Amino acid sequence: MGAVCALGANVAECWSRLSRGISGIEPLPDPGNPPYRFQQGAVARTFRPSEYFTEKELSMLERFAQLAAVAAREAIAQSGLSFRGELAERTAIITGTSVGGQFAEEEGYLRLYRENNPRVAPLTIPRTMSNAGASRISFEHGIVGPTYTISTACSSSNHALGQAFWMVRSGAVTAAVSGGSEAVFAEGLLRAWEAMRVVSPDTCRPFSLGRRGLILGEAGAMLVLENWEHAVARGAHILAEICGFGMSSDSHHLTQPTAAGSARAMRWAIQDAGLGPEQVEYVNAHGTGTIVNDVTETEAIRSVFRGHADRLLLSSTKSMHGHTLGAAGALEAIATALALEHGLVPPTANFLESDPACDLDVVPNAPRHKAIEVAISNSFAFGGLNAVVAMRKAI
Amino acid sequence: MLDAPSAVPEDLTARVIRVIANTQRVGVETISIDDTFENLKIDSLDGINIVFALESEFHISVPDEAIRDMRSIRDVVDGVAKLVAEKQARLNSGEAGSEAAPDASNTQAKSPA
Repeated sequence: MGAVCALGANVAECWSRLSRGISGIEPLPDPGNPPYRFQQGAVARTFRPSEYFTEKELSMLERFAQLAAVAAREAIAQSGLSFRGELAERTAIITGTSVGGQFAEEEGYLRLYRENNPRVAPLTIPRTMSNAGASRISFEHGIVGPTYTISTACSSSNHALGQAFWMVRSGAVTAAVSGGSEAVFAEGLLRAWEAMRVVSPDTCRPFSLGRRGLILGEAGAMLVLENWEHAVARGAHILAEICGFGMSSDSHHLTQPTAAGSARAMRWAIQDAGLGPEQVEYVNAHGTGTIVNDVTETEAIRSVFRGHADRLLLSSTKSMHGHTLGAAGALEAIATALALEHGLVPPTANFLESDPACDLDVVPNAPRHKAIEVAISNSFAFGGLNAVVAMRKAI
Repeated sequence: MLDAPSAVPEDLTARVIRVIANTQRVGVETISIDDTFENLKIDSLDGINIVFALESEFHISVPDEAIRDMRSIRDVVDGVAKLVAEKQARLNSGEAGSEAAPDASNTQAKSPA
């Protein structure tokens, strides 16, 4: 697994803070002029692109693609796989991103509309394209199998992971590098989020009374998925088992989620894993911290788990790494895998007071030591697109 | 609500209704001061579009908290009238330039690193 986000520039740094409930949400380096309505963000401050890429490479790679490539390097190095011969052909790369490269696009608009200069930089298209991260991973590691990018807003990397999981499970490929990345701190994009009025003016407090919205974050998060027998045969250290995936569409509204749609995706993931709801012990929530989303997710969880819902542990790690949009599913899958591995559930940070409309055990503020065998990780996107990954502790 | 005549000048009411009608792509005659969001089928996404257009029309900045309590056209008209009056009072007291211009463009592409 590999991760770069506001919590650190690798998985160990991220887990060190996640497992202690320490948030990476901080004041924005650039407050905007005029100032944004929100002033907090989860910026990957310790990520130094020049430590990973030459200047020439950086000129061709947008930040979201850099984050994808660096997370993939860590994940692949940890996996111990090298991609030669048949394995290179039978390995997939499936990444997720919500908006892809924004900086090159905004630079182009500046030239066009502010400077009246119609000469837009020739690398704008290859820097901006959403598959730039996936392609970079392919070049770096010599992976020549199926490689593509899925864009379903905040569910992007859960859809990517689920697709990769199904391809590995079906035998279509032996391994897959899958996850997502997002680099959201481009001014035009921040102004667009500002206009949506869903970003909190203070911090992210999922499921808490006093929550005022989400906090935007940037991240790259990648996992190496491998056929179980193949991994066992080579003596790989298996971190966790992805055992189920489910997805659904609300078919309802561009921005208002439905409990029924979210619940359908959770049920499918649990059934796909061959499990019953009562076997799930931890839910890494979508938990954005908006007033409506957290209530709807609570309703959906209650409808899926019924009486068992009161025995579940639920937490939103977005309270620490922010909402990383197209990277969210993969980053939270990594948090979930680590929770299974360490028997420690990361908390919902910044929690003030219980909301009667979100009446589940949301592991407020302090991590919980508990050996867990099965967990699910939820992603629910604008547009009503839901994707849920089920994971089991590796034994 | 119907028995409380609004103290808001008629032209402001008409402007608010025009902005809402334009945003919703309907005729102004289909919206009255006594309509609710519910009966006009105005949802939360429509609401942020309407507020954005009102901010541009009246050069005001509408706080998130104010939006949450708006349920009807009369709520919107009263809310806009209050914000316009506050803006005018600030201008009269010489506190010029304090109003954030909603459409001010400042689009420098910057990387946070």
